Amino acid sequence: MDFELSDDEVALADGIRALCAGRFPLDRLRAAEDGDGRIDTEGWGELAEAGVFSLQVPEAAGGVGLGMAAGAVVFEELGRALIPGPVLASHLAAGTVDGAAEGKVVVGAVRRPAVAGPGALVPPLVGHLPSLDVLLAVGPDTITAVDPAEIDAVPIGRSLDPLTPLFRVDRLPEGRPIGGAEEARAWRRAQWVLGGAFLVGLAAANLDMAVAYAQQRQQFGKPIGSFQAVKHICADMLVAAETARAAVHAAAVTIDQPGVGDPDRAAAGAGLLAAEAAMKNGRSSIQVHGGMGFTWEVPAHLYLMRARVLSEAIGPVGDLAELVAELY
Amino acid sequence: MDLRYSEAEEKFRIDLRRWLAEVLPTLPPKPSAFDWPARRVYDTTWQRMLFDAGYAGIDWPVEGGGRAASPVEQLIYLEELEHAHAPYVGVNFVGLLHAGPTIVVEGTSEQRARFLPPILRGDEVWCQGFSEPGAGSDLASLRTKAVRDGDEYVVTGQKIWTSHAEVADYCELLVRTGDEGSRHRGITWLAMPMDSPGIDFRPLKTIAGSTEFGELFLDGVRVPVANRMGEENDGWRVTMVTLSFERGTAFVSEVLESMELLRDLRRLARRTGAFAEGDVRRRVGRLGAELDALWALARRNVSQAARTGVPGVGGSVYKLGLSEIRQRIGELGMDLIGAAGLSWDELDGLDGAGPLGNAELVNLWVHGFSRTIAAGTSQIQRNIIAERILGLPKG
Repeated sequence: MDFELSDDEVALADGIRALCAGRFPLDRLRAAEDGDGRIDTEGWGELAEAGVFSLQVPEAAGGVGLGMAAGAVVFEELGRALIPGPVLASHLAAGTVDGAAEGKVVVGAVRRPAVAGPGALVPPLVGHLPSLDVLLAVGPDTITAVDPAEIDAVPIGRSLDPLTPLFRVDRLPEGRPIGGAEEARAWRRAQWVLGGAFLVGLAAANLDMAVAYAQQRQQFGKPIGSFQAVKHICADMLVAAETARAAVHAAAVTIDQPGVGDPDRAAAGAGLLAAEAAMKNGRSSIQVHGGMGFTWEVPAHLYLMRARVLSEAIGPVGDLAELVAELY
Repeated sequence: MDLRYSEAEEKFRIDLRRWLAEVLPTLPPKPSAFDWPARRVYDTTWQRMLFDAGYAGIDWPVEGGGRAASPVEQLIYLEELEHAHAPYVGVNFVGLLHAGPTIVVEGTSEQRARFLPPILRGDEVWCQGFSEPGAGSDLASLRTKAVRDGDEYVVTGQKIWTSHAEVADYCELLVRTGDEGSRHRGITWLAMPMDSPGIDFRPLKTIAGSTEFGELFLDGVRVPVANRMGEENDGWRVTMVTLSFERGTAFVSEVLESMELLRDLRRLARRTGAFAEGDVRRRVGRLGAELDALWALARRNVSQAARTGVPGVGGSVYKLGLSEIRQRIGELGMDLIGAAGLSWDELDGLDGAGPLGNAELVNLWVHGFSRTIAAGTSQIQRNIIAERILGLPKG
């Protein structure tokens, strides 16, 4: 038993972090805030080349052949860098949807409710629609692939996360079935872990930002980070991020190594704690930044709004908590 | 990242599990929590059984008489003891987890030979004399004075929060040997025999109505210089060695115990019908997810210790999280039993009571308040995290 990151896992994280810092610096991402909302296809290709989508596709099928633990390491870095676009759905679709692993086909996903009428989406929102080549609808017992060209959609004037443009879709075509109950279950479980990893990255980014500001911002003749009222907010942010990170890693390893635990309970709990950590750290970072935290300029809010997007994608968090309670 | 145990680790687990199954049924019944002499007998009997089976001082190095188990084996040890409902370390806590490890690192060969074997065998019990009425979180401001007189120190002052002093043989005592303002540069660590003249112990009553600790009044107590650990005025460094052990694997058992408590509470909630409420289910689920995460964090801390040899500051993250979760578990228990929680007496036949009765749940809740205070308050833990991990400036 050695629950520390292996040298290979550390190298993988460093590689993705370097790629993100070089290719997707925050200034560059923010320049797209007022753009057309299309994802940067060249950048998407570079993520693919780095193995972000093919990471868990077996080597025999042309992938990298790694497991969920490696996925968690990579997705934390993507979250830390606020990478926009349906990276999670494209990663999960790789190996099933042709071209996804190579980044040639961009795949999005929505949750198809069990009870609503045929074709209805609740709420009727799809992200990044014009950039998608395939939209997967994941229901309780099915996964279907929908051709985005067949979808009637109206852009939402203003999306909560400026880097996740939303579209109103009132009726979703049935699509072509590509998976049954087992695949849908595996999808949800992987989504909790990798979405959780992305959320941990968002939580960590806001922690780093808040700590840096608390060290540099002076009031009453000293850095505000020397006051316990501020210091303790930062300590609680670290506790939230590190606890969620341990949970996400444990869930990933529980999926990779059968027999070490209950993967559904571990994954749902990890998703829950990661979502709460990312949102808590978003709120706290805005608070530590004071008035500046409420300005558009300081990016704390971008990580918070993305945390909401991700929490909705993997949640709702209340359902995750209830699932853990059932499985405990 | 690997959560699988090696063959050797699994063998260690199986052997231990087999031994526990054999010996636990031979233990006498557990004494009342208020009867310290009986508790001493019970806890030291258990310690002697561990010693005879080669499990005493599992984390101590071989030269100290311990087993020098790897951090992973220590984790397995705690896990198996918890699952088997084996007795806790009890009155041996200070000897095994504080004073002993300190003497192993800081003691001379004579001191090790004198003090370590009786701790491991359960022959001698230690208590702690660190905190004072005026020195709590700010331990370095302690004022109990020791004046050198030949080959003895003459100690006068007052200590507080000392547990099981009335049944202890030795006290790990911090005294001021430097001048008044010397703070951490003028502290010395002494092993004080508890049968020395001049020691008076007065129990304090807790909010649970019990006497778990008390005040120690020291009036001209003579302690041999030979009982000093480390150099004179170097006791602060010696103490930091001790405290790092306390924040290592010391709380692992509690996470596992809390998981079981939570399952018991869920059983209770199912029986009373409260589990039908979404709010109750979500509270159980959140606590469950947080306990699973702490267990993951424990394994991470242990893995770190296995690589670096010392428990990391991650212990503070763990301690802070666990203390607050314990309180929330206590609150959930009280909410589930409602008005039955107004009685410390067991209400037999209470609808929904058991496996946890109302008295146990009241006790759990009330004791929760000590969690965020003892062994470093949550506020001190947050300072440690902010200053030592995040690098924020001292206030």
